[in-house]
Amino acid sequence: MNLFPLWNSLRIALIATVIIFFLGVFLAYIVKKCPKVAKGIIDVVLTLPLVLPPTVCGYLLILVFGPRHPVGAFLQTMGIQFFMDWKGGILASVMVAFPLMYRTSRGAFESFDENLANAGKTLGLSNTYIFWRIRLPACKNGIIAGLVLAFARALGEYGATSMLIGYNQYRTATISTTVAYAWNNNDTTTALIWVLINLFISAVVLVLINIFENNNKKGAKL
Amino acid sequence: MSLYVDIKKDFGSFKLNVRFETSGEVTSLLGASGTGKSMTLKCIAGIEKPDSGVIILNGRTLYNSEKHINLPPQKRHVGYMFQNYALFPNMTVRQNILCGMHNQGKEVNKEAKLMEIAKKLKIEDILRHRPHQISGGQAQRVALARILVNEPEIILLDEPFSALDEHLRNRLQVEMKENLVEFNKEAILVTHNRDEAYILSQNMVVLSKGESIVQGKTKELFEKPIYLDAAIITGCKNYAPCVVKDKHSVEVPSWNVTFKFKDEVDPLINYVGIRAHEFAVDEKENKNNIKVLEVIEQPFEMQVRFKYEKQSEESDELFWTFKKDSKPFTDAKHLGIKSNNILLLIG
Repeated sequence: MNLFPLWNSLRIALIATVIIFFLGVFLAYIVKKCPKVAKGIIDVVLTLPLVLPPTVCGYLLILVFGPRHPVGAFLQTMGIQFFMDWKGGILASVMVAFPLMYRTSRGAFESFDENLANAGKTLGLSNTYIFWRIRLPACKNGIIAGLVLAFARALGEYGATSMLIGYNQYRTATISTTVAYAWNNNDTTTALIWVLINLFISAVVLVLINIFENNNKKGAKL
Repeated sequence: MSLYVDIKKDFGSFKLNVRFETSGEVTSLLGASGTGKSMTLKCIAGIEKPDSGVIILNGRTLYNSEKHINLPPQKRHVGYMFQNYALFPNMTVRQNILCGMHNQGKEVNKEAKLMEIAKKLKIEDILRHRPHQISGGQAQRVALARILVNEPEIILLDEPFSALDEHLRNRLQVEMKENLVEFNKEAILVTHNRDEAYILSQNMVVLSKGESIVQGKTKELFEKPIYLDAAIITGCKNYAPCVVKDKHSVEVPSWNVTFKFKDEVDPLINYVGIRAHEFAVDEKENKNNIKVLEVIEQPFEMQVRFKYEKQSEESDELFWTFKKDSKPFTDAKHLGIKSNNILLLIG
Protein backbone atom coordinates (compact mmCIF):
# COMPACT_ATOMS: atom_id res chain seq x y z
CA MET A 1 0.00 0.00 0.00
CA ASN A 2 1.22 3.48 -0.85
CA LEU A 3 1.70 5.36 2.44
CA PHE A 4 2.72 8.60 0.72
CA PRO A 5 -0.60 10.42 1.59
CA LEU A 6 -0.02 9.82 5.34
CA TRP A 7 3.52 11.16 5.23
CA ASN A 8 2.47 14.06 2.97
CA SER A 9 -0.49 15.02 5.16
CA LEU A 10 1.63 14.98 8.33
CA ARG A 11 4.45 17.08 6.89
CA ILE A 12 2.04 19.61 5.40
CA ALA A 13 0.12 19.91 8.67
CA LEU A 14 3.26 20.15 10.82
CA ILE A 15 5.03 22.73 8.67
CA ALA A 16 1.79 24.72 8.35
CA THR A 17 1.36 24.65 12.14
CA VAL A 18 4.87 25.99 12.73
CA ILE A 19 4.25 28.83 10.26
CA ILE A 20 0.83 29.49 11.78
CA PHE A 21 2.37 29.65 15.26
CA PHE A 22 4.80 32.45 14.43
CA LEU A 23 2.41 34.26 12.10
CA GLY A 24 -0.52 33.96 14.52
CA VAL A 25 1.38 35.08 17.61
CA PHE A 26 3.06 37.91 15.72
CA LEU A 27 -0.12 39.23 14.08
CA ALA A 28 -2.26 38.79 17.19
CA TYR A 29 0.29 40.83 19.17
CA ILE A 30 0.51 43.54 16.48
CA VAL A 31 -3.26 43.83 16.00
CA LYS A 32 -3.80 44.15 19.76
CA LYS A 33 -1.65 47.30 19.72
CA CYS A 34 -3.34 48.84 16.62
CA PRO A 35 -5.77 51.77 16.83
CA LYS A 36 -9.43 50.79 16.82
CA VAL A 37 -10.31 51.34 13.15
CA ALA A 38 -7.22 49.60 11.77
CA LYS A 39 -7.85 46.80 14.25
CA GLY A 40 -11.37 46.26 12.93
CA ILE A 41 -10.27 46.13 9.29
CA ILE A 42 -7.26 43.83 9.83
CA ASP A 43 -9.39 41.62 12.02
CA VAL A 44 -11.95 41.12 9.26
CA VAL A 45 -9.28 40.35 6.63
CA LEU A 46 -7.46 37.86 8.84
CA THR A 47 -10.64 36.10 9.94
CA LEU A 48 -12.27 35.97 6.49
CA PRO A 49 -10.85 32.54 5.49
CA LEU A 50 -12.70 31.07 8.47
CA VAL A 51 -16.09 31.85 6.92
CA LEU A 52 -15.19 31.51 3.24
CA PRO A 53 -15.75 28.15 1.54
CA PRO A 54 -12.33 26.41 1.29
CA THR A 55 -12.74 26.16 -2.49
CA VAL A 56 -12.94 29.96 -2.64
CA CYS A 57 -9.73 30.15 -0.62
CA GLY A 58 -8.18 27.68 -3.06
CA TYR A 59 -9.29 29.74 -6.02
CA LEU A 60 -7.84 32.91 -4.47
CA LEU A 61 -4.54 31.09 -3.97
CA ILE A 62 -4.55 30.02 -7.63
CA LEU A 63 -5.15 33.66 -8.62
CA VAL A 64 -1.93 34.54 -6.84
CA PHE A 65 0.28 31.48 -7.14
CA GLY A 66 -1.03 29.92 -10.37
CA PRO A 67 1.59 29.58 -13.14
CA ARG A 68 -0.20 32.10 -15.37
CA HIS A 69 -0.40 34.75 -12.67
CA PRO A 70 2.37 37.26 -11.86
CA VAL A 71 3.50 36.01 -8.43
CA GLY A 72 3.32 32.35 -9.42
CA ALA A 73 5.16 32.99 -12.69
CA PHE A 74 7.83 34.99 -10.90
CA LEU A 75 8.36 32.29 -8.29
CA GLN A 76 8.55 29.67 -11.05
CA THR A 77 11.50 31.48 -12.64
CA MET A 78 13.23 31.11 -9.26
CA GLY A 79 12.45 27.41 -9.19
CA ILE A 80 9.74 27.60 -6.55
CA GLN A 81 6.37 26.13 -7.42
CA PHE A 82 3.25 25.92 -5.29
CA PHE A 83 0.70 25.06 -7.98
CA MET A 84 0.24 21.29 -8.34
CA ASP A 85 3.08 20.72 -5.88
CA TRP A 86 2.91 19.35 -2.32
CA LYS A 87 4.33 22.65 -0.97
CA GLY A 88 1.11 24.33 -2.15
CA GLY A 89 -0.66 22.20 0.45
CA ILE A 90 1.20 24.17 3.13
CA LEU A 91 -0.12 27.45 1.67
CA ALA A 92 -3.67 26.12 1.52
CA SER A 93 -3.50 24.78 5.09
CA VAL A 94 -1.99 27.98 6.47
CA MET A 95 -4.67 30.11 4.85
CA VAL A 96 -7.59 28.00 6.04
CA ALA A 97 -6.30 27.12 9.53
CA PHE A 98 -4.63 30.45 10.38
CA PRO A 99 -7.79 32.27 11.61
CA LEU A 100 -8.31 29.62 14.31
CA MET A 101 -4.86 30.28 15.76
CA TYR A 102 -5.17 34.02 15.30
CA ARG A 103 -8.49 34.35 17.06
CA THR A 104 -7.66 32.16 20.04
CA SER A 105 -4.23 33.70 20.64
CA ARG A 106 -5.59 37.22 20.25
CA GLY A 107 -8.19 36.43 22.90
CA ALA A 108 -5.42 35.18 25.17
CA PHE A 109 -3.30 38.30 24.55
CA GLU A 110 -6.23 40.55 25.29
CA SER A 111 -6.90 38.98 28.67
CA PHE A 112 -3.22 39.32 29.61
CA ASP A 113 -2.65 41.58 32.63
CA GLU A 114 -0.61 44.42 31.13
CA ASN A 115 0.76 45.23 34.59
CA LEU A 116 2.89 42.08 34.38
CA ALA A 117 4.65 43.52 31.35
CA ASN A 118 4.89 46.93 33.05
CA ALA A 119 6.39 45.34 36.16
CA GLY A 120 8.97 43.63 33.94
CA LYS A 121 9.84 46.92 32.29
CA THR A 122 10.38 48.74 35.60
CA LEU A 123 12.68 45.87 36.65
CA GLY A 124 14.77 46.61 33.56
CA LEU A 125 13.78 43.52 31.55
CA SER A 126 13.97 43.96 27.78
CA ASN A 127 10.80 43.90 25.69
CA THR A 128 11.98 40.72 23.96
CA TYR A 129 12.52 38.98 27.29
CA ILE A 130 9.11 40.13 28.50
CA PHE A 131 7.44 38.85 25.32
CA TRP A 132 8.97 35.36 25.31
CA ARG A 133 9.36 34.74 29.05
CA ILE A 134 6.38 36.50 30.58
CA ARG A 135 3.68 37.37 28.02
CA LEU A 136 3.78 34.17 25.98
CA PRO A 137 3.92 31.77 28.98
CA ALA A 138 1.03 33.64 30.62
CA CYS A 139 -1.01 33.16 27.42
CA LYS A 140 0.21 29.57 27.01
CA ASN A 141 -3.15 27.87 27.30
CA GLY A 142 -4.83 30.00 24.67
CA ILE A 143 -1.92 29.64 22.28
CA ILE A 144 -1.69 25.86 22.65
CA ALA A 145 -5.44 25.53 22.18
CA GLY A 146 -5.13 27.60 19.00
CA LEU A 147 -2.24 25.47 17.76
CA VAL A 148 -4.04 22.20 18.32
CA LEU A 149 -7.13 23.49 16.53
CA ALA A 150 -5.00 24.79 13.67
CA PHE A 151 -3.10 21.49 13.37
CA ALA A 152 -6.33 19.48 13.34
CA ARG A 153 -7.82 21.79 10.72
CA ALA A 154 -4.66 21.69 8.59
CA LEU A 155 -4.60 17.89 8.71
CA GLY A 156 -8.20 17.70 7.53
CA GLU A 157 -7.95 20.40 4.86
CA TYR A 158 -9.55 19.33 1.60
CA GLY A 159 -11.18 22.09 -0.43
CA ALA A 160 -8.39 24.61 -0.90
CA THR A 161 -5.77 21.87 -1.12
CA SER A 162 -7.52 19.95 -3.93
CA MET A 163 -8.01 23.20 -5.87
CA LEU A 164 -4.37 24.26 -5.63
CA ILE A 165 -2.41 20.99 -5.76
CA GLY A 166 -4.91 18.56 -7.21
CA TYR A 167 -4.33 14.83 -6.78
CA ASN A 168 -1.26 12.89 -7.76
CA GLN A 169 -0.86 9.74 -5.70
CA TYR A 170 2.95 9.98 -5.58
CA ARG A 171 3.45 13.74 -5.44
CA THR A 172 0.55 15.65 -3.93
CA ALA A 173 -1.95 13.22 -2.39
CA THR A 174 -3.06 13.88 1.20
CA ILE A 175 -5.30 11.68 3.33
CA SER A 176 -8.41 13.69 2.56
CA THR A 177 -7.81 13.96 -1.19
CA THR A 178 -7.02 10.21 -1.27
CA VAL A 179 -10.34 9.36 0.39
CA ALA A 180 -12.20 11.48 -2.18
CA TYR A 181 -10.23 10.08 -5.11
CA ALA A 182 -10.61 6.45 -4.02
CA TRP A 183 -14.34 6.81 -3.47
CA ASN A 184 -14.81 8.54 -6.84
CA ASN A 185 -13.11 5.56 -8.46
CA ASN A 186 -15.24 3.01 -6.60
CA ASP A 187 -12.23 1.85 -4.59
CA THR A 188 -14.19 1.67 -1.33
CA THR A 189 -11.59 -0.50 0.44
CA THR A 190 -8.82 2.08 0.03
CA ALA A 191 -11.24 4.87 1.00
CA LEU A 192 -12.23 2.96 4.17
CA ILE A 193 -8.60 2.27 5.16
CA TRP A 194 -7.76 5.97 4.90
CA VAL A 195 -10.91 6.91 6.77
CA LEU A 196 -9.80 4.63 9.62
CA ILE A 197 -6.28 6.07 9.59
CA ASN A 198 -7.73 9.56 9.77
CA LEU A 199 -10.06 8.58 12.63
CA PHE A 200 -7.08 7.15 14.51
CA ILE A 201 -4.96 10.29 14.12
CA SER A 202 -7.84 12.56 15.16
CA ALA A 203 -8.55 10.41 18.22
CA VAL A 204 -4.87 10.56 19.25
CA VAL A 205 -4.88 14.35 18.92
CA LEU A 206 -8.01 14.61 21.09
CA VAL A 207 -6.56 12.30 23.75
CA LEU A 208 -3.40 14.42 23.83
CA ILE A 209 -5.47 17.58 24.32
CA ASN A 210 -7.32 15.98 27.22
CA ILE A 211 -4.11 14.80 28.89
CA PHE A 212 -2.64 18.26 28.53
CA GLU A 213 -5.74 19.94 29.94
CA ASN A 214 -5.86 17.62 32.95
CA ASN A 215 -2.19 18.30 33.72
CA ASN A 216 -2.91 21.98 33.57
CA LYS A 217 -5.80 21.73 36.01
CA LYS A 218 -3.64 19.79 38.47
CA GLY A 219 -0.98 22.47 38.22
CA ALA A 220 -3.49 25.22 38.95
CA LYS A 221 -4.94 23.49 42.01
CA LEU A 222 -1.65 22.93 43.82
CA MET B 1 17.53 62.17 47.38
CA SER B 2 14.68 63.90 45.65
CA LEU B 3 12.09 63.58 42.97
CA TYR B 4 10.62 66.58 41.19
CA VAL B 5 7.41 66.10 39.24
CA ASP B 6 5.55 68.71 37.22
CA ILE B 7 3.35 67.10 34.58
CA LYS B 8 0.16 67.66 32.61
CA LYS B 9 -1.90 65.12 30.71
CA ASP B 10 -5.24 65.71 29.03
CA PHE B 11 -7.79 62.88 28.97
CA GLY B 12 -10.61 65.01 27.55
CA SER B 13 -13.10 64.92 30.39
CA PHE B 14 -10.28 64.71 32.91
CA LYS B 15 -7.13 66.77 33.14
CA LEU B 16 -4.12 65.65 35.12
CA ASN B 17 -2.07 68.55 36.47
CA VAL B 18 0.30 67.43 39.18
CA ARG B 19 3.25 69.20 40.71
CA PHE B 20 5.22 68.16 43.77
CA GLU B 21 8.68 67.55 45.11
CA THR B 22 9.89 64.90 47.52
CA SER B 23 12.85 64.99 49.87
CA GLY B 24 13.71 61.49 50.99
CA GLU B 25 11.55 59.35 53.29
CA VAL B 26 8.00 58.50 52.32
CA THR B 27 5.68 60.88 50.48
CA SER B 28 2.04 59.95 50.11
CA LEU B 29 -0.28 61.00 47.31
CA LEU B 30 -3.67 61.12 48.96
CA GLY B 31 -6.88 61.52 46.97
CA ALA B 32 -10.24 59.91 46.26
CA SER B 33 -10.50 57.21 43.59
CA GLY B 34 -10.20 58.52 40.06
CA THR B 35 -8.17 61.61 40.92
CA GLY B 36 -5.17 60.53 38.87
CA LYS B 37 -2.94 59.15 41.63
CA SER B 38 -2.03 55.91 39.85
CA MET B 39 -1.69 57.76 36.54
CA THR B 40 0.87 60.03 38.19
CA LEU B 41 2.88 57.02 39.35
CA LYS B 42 2.71 55.46 35.89
CA CYS B 43 4.07 58.67 34.39
CA ILE B 44 6.96 58.66 36.88
CA ALA B 45 7.76 55.04 36.05
CA GLY B 46 7.57 55.71 32.30
CA ILE B 47 4.63 53.38 31.69
CA GLU B 48 2.48 56.31 30.60
CA LYS B 49 3.66 59.46 28.86
CA PRO B 50 2.47 62.88 30.04
CA ASP B 51 1.54 65.53 27.44
CA SER B 52 4.00 68.02 28.85
CA GLY B 53 6.19 68.74 31.84
CA VAL B 54 9.29 67.60 33.67
CA ILE B 55 10.26 64.65 35.87
CA ILE B 56 13.66 64.77 37.56
CA LEU B 57 14.96 62.03 39.87
CA ASN B 58 18.09 62.83 41.92
CA GLY B 59 19.23 65.35 39.32
CA ARG B 60 18.64 62.93 36.44
CA THR B 61 16.00 63.99 33.89
CA LEU B 62 13.57 61.13 33.30
CA TYR B 63 11.17 63.18 31.26
CA ASN B 64 11.27 66.63 29.73
CA SER B 65 8.74 67.47 27.03
CA GLU B 66 10.62 70.55 25.81
CA LYS B 67 13.94 68.76 25.46
CA HIS B 68 12.19 65.65 24.08
CA ILE B 69 13.61 63.44 26.79
CA ASN B 70 11.51 60.40 27.69
CA LEU B 71 13.54 57.57 29.21
CA PRO B 72 12.00 54.09 28.84
CA PRO B 73 10.94 52.42 32.13
CA GLN B 74 13.96 50.11 31.87
CA LYS B 75 16.35 53.05 32.29
CA ARG B 76 14.56 54.99 35.01
CA HIS B 77 15.66 52.96 38.07
CA VAL B 78 12.22 53.33 39.56
CA GLY B 79 10.67 50.44 41.47
CA TYR B 80 6.93 49.97 41.04
CA MET B 81 4.75 47.89 43.32
CA PHE B 82 1.41 47.25 41.65
CA GLN B 83 -1.88 46.98 43.46
CA ASN B 84 -2.05 43.25 42.64
CA TYR B 85 1.74 42.89 43.04
CA ALA B 86 2.11 41.69 39.40
CA LEU B 87 4.19 38.61 40.26
CA PHE B 88 4.93 36.56 37.12
CA PRO B 89 2.53 33.60 37.41
CA ASN B 90 4.65 31.22 35.33
CA MET B 91 7.67 31.60 37.60
CA THR B 92 8.41 30.52 41.16
CA VAL B 93 8.96 33.09 43.89
CA ARG B 94 12.69 32.49 43.50
CA GLN B 95 12.62 33.08 39.72
CA ASN B 96 10.50 36.18 40.28
CA ILE B 97 13.12 37.68 42.59
CA LEU B 98 15.96 36.66 40.24
CA CYS B 99 14.17 38.60 37.49
CA GLY B 100 14.94 41.73 39.51
CA MET B 101 18.67 40.96 39.10
CA HIS B 102 18.47 39.86 35.46
CA ASN B 103 20.52 42.77 34.15
CA GLN B 104 23.14 42.72 36.86
CA GLY B 105 26.60 41.51 35.86
CA LYS B 106 28.38 38.29 36.74
CA GLU B 107 30.31 40.03 39.51
CA VAL B 108 27.09 40.12 41.55
CA ASN B 109 26.53 37.03 43.66
CA LYS B 110 22.85 36.73 42.87
CA GLU B 111 22.34 33.61 44.95
CA ALA B 112 23.72 35.27 48.08
CA LYS B 113 21.69 38.41 47.43
CA LEU B 114 18.55 36.35 46.96
CA MET B 115 19.06 34.44 50.21
CA GLU B 116 19.85 37.61 52.12
CA ILE B 117 16.71 39.43 51.03
CA ALA B 118 14.58 36.30 51.48
CA LYS B 119 15.83 35.97 55.04
CA LYS B 120 15.22 39.63 55.87
CA LEU B 121 11.71 39.59 54.45
CA LYS B 122 10.93 36.13 55.88
CA ILE B 123 10.12 34.45 52.57
CA GLU B 124 12.84 31.74 52.65
CA ASP B 125 10.25 28.98 53.04
CA ILE B 126 8.20 29.91 49.98
CA LEU B 127 10.97 30.35 47.39
CA ARG B 128 9.88 27.23 45.52
CA HIS B 129 6.20 28.19 45.48
CA ARG B 130 4.35 29.80 42.62
CA PRO B 131 2.51 33.11 43.12
CA HIS B 132 -0.94 31.49 43.22
CA GLN B 133 0.18 29.29 46.13
CA ILE B 134 1.09 32.09 48.54
CA SER B 135 -0.99 34.51 50.65
CA GLY B 136 -1.58 38.19 49.91
CA GLY B 137 0.83 39.30 52.63
CA GLN B 138 3.55 36.98 51.31
CA ALA B 139 2.93 38.17 47.75
CA GLN B 140 3.54 41.72 48.92
CA ARG B 141 6.86 40.75 50.52
CA VAL B 142 7.93 38.92 47.36
CA ALA B 143 7.05 41.95 45.24
CA LEU B 144 9.08 44.14 47.61
CA ALA B 145 12.02 41.70 47.50
CA ARG B 146 11.92 41.70 43.69
CA ILE B 147 12.03 45.50 43.70
CA LEU B 148 14.74 45.79 46.38
CA VAL B 149 17.22 43.45 44.64
CA ASN B 150 16.78 45.63 41.55
CA GLU B 151 18.18 48.51 43.63
CA PRO B 152 15.89 51.32 42.39
CA GLU B 153 16.45 54.91 43.44
CA ILE B 154 12.85 55.29 44.53
CA ILE B 155 9.97 52.89 45.15
CA LEU B 156 6.44 53.65 43.98
CA LEU B 157 3.71 51.94 45.98
CA ASP B 158 0.35 51.86 44.20
CA GLU B 159 -2.40 51.21 46.80
CA PRO B 160 -0.28 48.37 48.21
CA PHE B 161 -2.70 47.35 50.94
CA SER B 162 -6.03 47.54 49.15
CA ALA B 163 -5.92 43.88 48.05
CA LEU B 164 -5.49 42.67 51.63
CA ASP B 165 -7.96 41.71 54.33
CA GLU B 166 -8.67 44.32 56.98
CA HIS B 167 -6.94 42.42 59.80
CA LEU B 168 -3.74 42.00 57.78
CA ARG B 169 -3.67 45.54 56.53
CA ASN B 170 -2.61 47.26 59.72
CA ARG B 171 0.15 44.76 60.46
CA LEU B 172 1.55 45.03 56.94
CA GLN B 173 1.46 48.83 57.05
CA VAL B 174 3.74 48.75 60.07
CA GLU B 175 5.91 46.08 58.43
CA MET B 176 6.24 48.11 55.23
CA LYS B 177 7.18 51.19 57.22
CA GLU B 178 9.94 49.26 59.03
CA ASN B 179 11.23 47.75 55.80
CA LEU B 180 11.43 51.09 54.03
CA VAL B 181 13.40 52.48 56.97
CA GLU B 182 15.66 49.43 57.17
CA PHE B 183 16.51 49.45 53.48
CA ASN B 184 16.71 53.24 53.54
CA LYS B 185 14.54 53.64 50.47
CA GLU B 186 12.69 56.72 49.38
CA ALA B 187 9.11 55.88 48.47
CA ILE B 188 5.92 57.38 47.11
CA LEU B 189 2.73 55.88 48.43
CA VAL B 190 -0.50 56.25 46.51
CA THR B 191 -3.57 55.78 48.64
CA HIS B 192 -7.14 56.91 49.23
CA ASN B 193 -6.91 55.83 52.86
CA ARG B 194 -6.05 58.68 55.23
CA ASP B 195 -4.89 56.31 58.01
CA GLU B 196 -2.42 54.69 55.64
CA ALA B 197 -1.05 58.08 54.61
CA TYR B 198 -0.80 59.16 58.24
CA ILE B 199 0.95 55.99 59.42
CA LEU B 200 3.41 55.60 56.56
CA SER B 201 4.32 59.01 55.22
CA GLN B 202 6.24 61.99 56.52
CA ASN B 203 5.21 64.19 53.61
CA MET B 204 1.91 64.35 51.80
CA VAL B 205 0.48 65.67 48.55
CA VAL B 206 -3.29 65.98 48.30
CA LEU B 207 -4.85 65.37 44.89
CA SER B 208 -8.32 66.44 43.88
CA LYS B 209 -9.87 66.05 40.41
CA GLY B 210 -6.48 65.48 38.80
CA GLU B 211 -4.78 68.43 40.46
CA SER B 212 -2.25 68.47 43.27
CA ILE B 213 -3.87 71.06 45.53
CA VAL B 214 -1.53 71.15 48.51
CA GLN B 215 1.73 69.64 49.70
CA GLY B 216 3.30 69.59 53.15
CA LYS B 217 4.29 67.57 56.21
CA THR B 218 1.69 64.85 56.72
CA LYS B 219 0.98 65.68 60.37
CA GLU B 220 0.74 69.41 59.69
CA LEU B 221 -1.64 68.87 56.79
CA PHE B 222 -3.92 66.76 58.96
CA GLU B 223 -3.93 69.52 61.58
CA LYS B 224 -4.21 72.38 59.11
CA PRO B 225 -5.45 71.12 55.73
CA ILE B 226 -5.77 74.70 54.33
CA TYR B 227 -8.05 73.59 51.48
CA LEU B 228 -11.58 72.23 51.73
CA ASP B 229 -10.80 69.22 49.50
CA ALA B 230 -7.76 68.40 51.64
CA ALA B 231 -9.90 68.61 54.79
CA ILE B 232 -12.51 66.25 53.32
CA ILE B 233 -9.98 63.67 52.12
CA THR B 234 -8.24 63.70 55.51
CA GLY B 235 -11.56 62.77 57.08
CA CYS B 236 -13.26 66.01 58.10
CA LYS B 237 -16.99 65.23 58.20
CA ASN B 238 -18.49 68.64 59.03
CA TYR B 239 -17.91 71.55 56.71
CA ALA B 240 -19.88 74.54 55.44
CA PRO B 241 -19.35 77.85 53.65
CA CYS B 242 -18.65 80.77 55.95
CA VAL B 243 -18.29 84.54 56.00
CA VAL B 244 -15.45 86.27 57.83
CA LYS B 245 -17.25 89.03 59.78
CA ASP B 246 -14.28 90.63 61.46
CA LYS B 247 -10.74 89.70 62.52
CA HIS B 248 -11.95 87.42 65.29
CA SER B 249 -15.32 86.04 64.24
CA VAL B 250 -16.65 83.88 61.44
CA GLU B 251 -20.30 83.36 60.60
CA VAL B 252 -21.61 80.08 59.18
CA PRO B 253 -25.00 80.95 57.63
CA SER B 254 -26.22 77.41 56.92
CA TRP B 255 -25.57 76.35 60.55
CA ASN B 256 -26.75 79.75 61.82
CA VAL B 257 -23.84 80.06 64.25
CA THR B 258 -20.90 82.42 64.66
CA PHE B 259 -17.55 81.15 65.89
CA LYS B 260 -15.16 83.36 67.86
CA PHE B 261 -11.40 83.11 67.37
CA LYS B 262 -8.56 84.29 69.59
CA ASP B 263 -6.15 84.59 66.66
CA GLU B 264 -6.71 86.75 63.63
CA VAL B 265 -8.64 85.13 60.80
CA ASP B 266 -7.37 85.32 57.23
CA PRO B 267 -10.01 87.18 55.14
CA LEU B 268 -9.52 84.64 52.29
CA ILE B 269 -11.22 81.96 54.38
CA ASN B 270 -14.58 80.89 52.91
CA TYR B 271 -15.19 77.49 54.54
CA VAL B 272 -15.03 76.07 58.03
CA GLY B 273 -14.50 72.42 58.88
CA ILE B 274 -14.89 70.59 62.17
CA ARG B 275 -13.69 67.04 62.74
CA ALA B 276 -16.43 64.94 64.33
CA HIS B 277 -14.41 64.07 67.45
CA GLU B 278 -13.48 67.68 68.26
CA PHE B 279 -16.87 68.64 69.74
CA ALA B 280 -17.19 68.46 73.51
CA VAL B 281 -20.16 68.78 75.86
CA ASP B 282 -18.18 70.42 78.66
CA GLU B 283 -16.33 72.85 76.40
CA LYS B 284 -17.25 76.47 77.10
CA GLU B 285 -15.70 78.00 74.00
CA ASN B 286 -18.05 78.42 71.02
CA LYS B 287 -20.87 76.72 72.89
CA ASN B 288 -24.15 76.39 70.97
CA ASN B 289 -27.44 74.62 71.53
CA ILE B 290 -28.11 71.53 69.43
CA LYS B 291 -30.92 69.12 68.52
CA VAL B 292 -29.92 65.45 68.51
CA LEU B 293 -31.42 63.65 65.49
CA GLU B 294 -30.07 60.14 65.82
CA VAL B 295 -27.51 58.15 67.80
CA ILE B 296 -25.63 55.47 65.87
CA GLU B 297 -23.70 52.86 67.79
CA GLN B 298 -20.44 51.76 66.17
CA PRO B 299 -18.01 49.06 67.37
CA PHE B 300 -15.80 51.37 69.44
CA GLU B 301 -17.46 54.74 69.33
CA MET B 302 -20.79 56.47 69.29
CA GLN B 303 -21.82 58.70 66.45
CA VAL B 304 -24.41 61.39 66.97
CA ARG B 305 -26.21 63.09 64.08
CA PHE B 306 -27.30 66.56 65.13
CA LYS B 307 -28.25 70.04 63.99
CA TYR B 308 -27.63 73.39 65.59
CA GLU B 309 -30.77 74.74 67.25
CA LYS B 310 -31.34 77.56 64.77
CA GLN B 311 -29.98 75.71 61.76
CA SER B 312 -32.07 75.94 58.58
CA GLU B 313 -34.21 72.93 57.65
CA GLU B 314 -32.62 72.22 54.30
CA SER B 315 -28.97 72.31 55.45
CA ASP B 316 -27.08 69.09 56.14
CA GLU B 317 -26.83 67.65 59.64
CA LEU B 318 -23.52 67.44 61.52
CA PHE B 319 -21.67 64.50 63.03
CA TRP B 320 -20.19 64.18 66.50
CA THR B 321 -18.32 61.08 67.61
CA PHE B 322 -16.90 60.05 70.99
CA LYS B 323 -15.36 56.96 72.57
CA LYS B 324 -17.94 54.48 73.81
CA ASP B 325 -16.40 54.06 77.24
CA SER B 326 -16.69 57.76 78.02
CA LYS B 327 -19.84 59.09 79.68
CA PRO B 328 -23.00 58.68 77.57
CA PHE B 329 -23.71 62.16 76.24
CA THR B 330 -26.47 61.12 73.91
CA ASP B 331 -28.97 63.52 75.47
CA ALA B 332 -26.60 66.50 75.09
CA LYS B 333 -28.31 69.87 74.76
CA HIS B 334 -25.31 71.87 73.68
CA LEU B 335 -21.83 71.36 72.24
CA GLY B 336 -18.72 73.51 72.39
CA ILE B 337 -15.56 73.55 70.36
CA LYS B 338 -12.15 75.10 70.94
CA SER B 339 -11.48 77.75 68.32
CA ASN B 340 -8.09 76.24 67.38
CA ASN B 341 -9.86 72.98 66.57
CA ILE B 342 -11.98 74.66 63.91
CA LEU B 343 -10.38 74.28 60.48
CA LEU B 344 -10.33 77.51 58.51
CA LEU B 345 -10.39 76.54 54.85
CA ILE B 346 -10.26 77.80 51.31
CA GLY B 347 -12.89 76.08 49.16
